[in-house]
Amino acid sequence: MIEVRDVRKNFGTQQVLRGASLRIEKGEAVVIIGRSGGGKSILLKHLIGLLRPDSGSVLVDGKDLACMDERELLGVRRQFGMLFQMAALFDSLDVFDNVSFVLRRERKHTEAEIRALVADALDRVELPGIEKKKPAELSGGMRKRVGLARAIVYRPRIVLYDEPTTGLDPIAADRIDRLIRRVWEELSVTSIAVTHDMKSARTISNRILMLQEGQIYADGPTDQILQSTDPIVYNFVNGIAAPRAEAN
Amino acid sequence: MRSILIDRIQGLVTELGEILVLCRETVVSIRYQRPSWGDFLAQLYLIGVKSQTVVVTTGAATGMVLCAQTYFQFHKVKMDTATGAVVSVGMCSELGPVLAGLMLTGRVGASMAAELGTMKVTEQIDALRTLATHPVDYLVVPRVLGTLVAAPLLTIESVFVGIAASYLVGVHLLGIDGAYYLANMQRLTDPPDVIMGLIKAVIFGAIISTVSCYKGLGCRGGAEGVGRATTESVVMASISILVVNFFLTLLLNRIFLTL
Repeated sequence: MIEVRDVRKNFGTQQVLRGASLRIEKGEAVVIIGRSGGGKSILLKHLIGLLRPDSGSVLVDGKDLACMDERELLGVRRQFGMLFQMAALFDSLDVFDNVSFVLRRERKHTEAEIRALVADALDRVELPGIEKKKPAELSGGMRKRVGLARAIVYRPRIVLYDEPTTGLDPIAADRIDRLIRRVWEELSVTSIAVTHDMKSARTISNRILMLQEGQIYADGPTDQILQSTDPIVYNFVNGIAAPRAEAN
Repeated sequence: MRSILIDRIQGLVTELGEILVLCRETVVSIRYQRPSWGDFLAQLYLIGVKSQTVVVTTGAATGMVLCAQTYFQFHKVKMDTATGAVVSVGMCSELGPVLAGLMLTGRVGASMAAELGTMKVTEQIDALRTLATHPVDYLVVPRVLGTLVAAPLLTIESVFVGIAASYLVGVHLLGIDGAYYLANMQRLTDPPDVIMGLIKAVIFGAIISTVSCYKGLGCRGGAEGVGRATTESVVMASISILVVNFFLTLLLNRIFLTL
């Protein structure tokens, strides 16, 4: 279970999070939506301890990440997998070494077991047999799928997705959405994604949180949020820019 | 003007503090985590083997120039055969470690800062952290250990090649008697000169790797930030080597003179 309590985060004079609070239960598939530059990715990075709040707390299974040092956080992060916006594959390593990274570092598996686990993870993301390719040889969609394989190969309990479909064509985006849905269903993980792609949000979530002005503005089941009549939620979901006077 | 100066000093003190924190993290990691032999050897190859050309060339050029200049001055007072001793002591205790350090800063330090900086701005460092891996364990420790081992070895190589090149220039080009050249070199070069050079090389290796990793890991702002981090790492490491070398010369000479 993840709980965020009144988290505030500033970068210089810019207030990004202004008292964001949320609670995510085990096994949920949650999407956080909101305007570009609104702090969604910042909020996501707080959930895994990549950023520390200026005030407030982030609790994972009751443990406050803000009170842990970097080495203590490593233990907590073992429960997480994360797919980054640009996949963040290690340039110097091939696909096999990228996906097997954690397994090799842990030194708990034999080479044969590692090969089997990597092959299974690549199979899940529908990219079998590309172990020897370098990240530079892959398309954007393939890089994200390898990133997803790397995030799930060690069976985390929680998987975070930072803008999983950004920069992809509609077909590749749909494929990623289906994979995220399948990972959630088959591996029984808690799935938390950040996106402003409403089609993606509809496919991969059963609950939507909307971040507005650094706070959680709306929270509810996916269908309820997508059909909301609240003007701010409605305008965002339907991609309607508010007239200037109204926006002011 | 005064506030700019105070800001600069504050910034420098902050950077020094952050570098010390990185040093502590590195020591803790080496002490409590098991450094990977594979990563260490890969770095040793990149830093040590791949830097040989530049370090050897620098050593040879320095030895030859030092020999020629010393000979032209000593020849005026009929001390030609002392040339080898001057080259040997100068190369072992000062020029060898300092020039090898500066060359390593340009070749290895810049590469480290650029590589880690690129990893930082493309979120690869964050990805490492999400994969339950401390960046210091995986990125900094192999680089620091690799440089600590490679720097003295490259310095020895540079000094050896420098002295050999000076012998060729001195004996075969300038006509100094080879037997006296070597005899004076052996008589006047003491073990402390060699040890001093090796101690300096290890310390310079620590400076190069720590400063470069610090600048790379602290990189911000895309391609421009990577360029800035690379430049700053080279400037900071080079200046640090020159300043630290002066104090090390004073300190180590005092220590060896009292022994």
